[in-house]
Amino acid sequence: MNDRSNRRGGLLEKARIRLRVNGEEREVLAPVHHTLLEVLREELGLPGTKHGCELGECGTCTVLVGGQPVLSCLTLPVECEGREVTTVEGLAAGGALHPLQQAFAELGSAQCGYCIPGFLLSAAALLRERPSPTRQEIAEATAGNLCRCTGYLKILEAIELAAARMRSRMENASD
Amino acid sequence: MLRLPPFRYVAPRTAGEAARILAGHGPEAMAVAGGTDLFPNMKRRQFTPRLLVGLRNLEGASGVQANGGLTVGALATLSAVAASPVVTARWPAVARSAGLVSSPPLRNAGTMGGNLCVDTRCNYYNQSESWRASIGYCMKKDGEVCLVAPGSDKCWALSSSDTAPVMIALGAEVTLVGPSGERRIAVSDLYGPDGIAYLTKRPEEVLTAIHVPDRSGWATTYRKVRRRGSIDFPVLGVAVAVRRGASRQVEEARIVLGAVHTAPVEAADAEEFLRGRPLDPETIEMAAGIAYKPAKPLDNADLAYAWRKRMARIEVARALREVAGLPTGDLPAIAS
Repeated sequence: MNDRSNRRGGLLEKARIRLRVNGEEREVLAPVHHTLLEVLREELGLPGTKHGCELGECGTCTVLVGGQPVLSCLTLPVECEGREVTTVEGLAAGGALHPLQQAFAELGSAQCGYCIPGFLLSAAALLRERPSPTRQEIAEATAGNLCRCTGYLKILEAIELAAARMRSRMENASD
Repeated sequence: MLRLPPFRYVAPRTAGEAARILAGHGPEAMAVAGGTDLFPNMKRRQFTPRLLVGLRNLEGASGVQANGGLTVGALATLSAVAASPVVTARWPAVARSAGLVSSPPLRNAGTMGGNLCVDTRCNYYNQSESWRASIGYCMKKDGEVCLVAPGSDKCWALSSSDTAPVMIALGAEVTLVGPSGERRIAVSDLYGPDGIAYLTKRPEEVLTAIHVPDRSGWATTYRKVRRRGSIDFPVLGVAVAVRRGASRQVEEARIVLGAVHTAPVEAADAEEFLRGRPLDPETIEMAAGIAYKPAKPLDNADLAYAWRKRMARIEVARALREVAGLPTGDLPAIAS
């Protein structure tokens, strides 16, 4: 149905879109009605961002645009021009996992793992603004991310562990 | 993959230009701000505009300015307004209602103007194309009858804005920019007669700013009922604004209910009842008993409608207790 509707009335307008994704300038030629989720996965070869409900209800497609978590399934790439897009592929630095990824792995915070990229990005944005969040603040910051496996507890604990490690790393760096 | 229907996209710089483009293309064009309400509806084929007019780049429409009153640009995100120090300090009910909309990533994209204009919702409408086809469609989209009230000649989809009840309780106004000029109307006049014609804003008009008067001296709040505190639309919203005189008696009260009708409902009889009375527990119970009467929840949203009606009474009482400084009986937040 979608392929047919794409051709409806010759409305398959492609746009040349310049994006800055995980620190790299990327240029894509994509139909203007394709969402950021589709362009990341299908045009840019970044399948770490998952598609879930695609209606803005589950949070599994969360990415950062301009440092803020948004749902890529409800975001138009043309509206992201000039703003930094960060996906889960952009969290690790130089082959070293992000402290959040390390903590999630150590504490067994992922079961099926499908929701985890979204959680990692929501948590990364939180820790940038609040290095010492309370449990309540972590729960609120990740309120848009649904997990149907873990029961959330290990996710909350991993974010706390990562926050503690990032704080001590900052303290050591400033010594 | 649930894809958007194809469209062309333009991003004008001014609201006047946006309005002229919308007027020029008629029903084929729609405006989009944050897209958090429109895009899911487009994916479910409730709307298939051939031209989308993106409002994100409108100049000067995303700031928050406080002098005597507050002016919120319609493109200000819900999270920006919820976190704004001046809004939190001087218009706490505005910040609270914005912060209670949906979930954090949706508040980072969703806008204040978008929440005031959010489409009405119904269990028979907010469904996939195939679901709606299987039940024969409802009158709000492609069908002829209202499936929640088949004898009714009007659509009963619910007003689902969290910010609208607060803006009405605070006496706010909005600026609407048309192709050849602008007008300013009260938020209470922004809403139409049924769930289909739910806005009085003309389709080509662009809402650019919300003007909230100085409400120092008033006590205000907003309370929301929904199944999941993390994300859901309201099944009930209660906005209250009360000004008391030196004798502590109510001089003016505004009580506005959300998600109980096709538009926000002002509980005018209860407002009148409160005038000249003290905000003591007994008066509050009596006022709540009057205020919930105009709530008309039907079986077209989450949770049982009879319970939602009962909760309107309880939540009005809690809201009034809150502004009176009395305990509300709320459970504390999760301990850290």
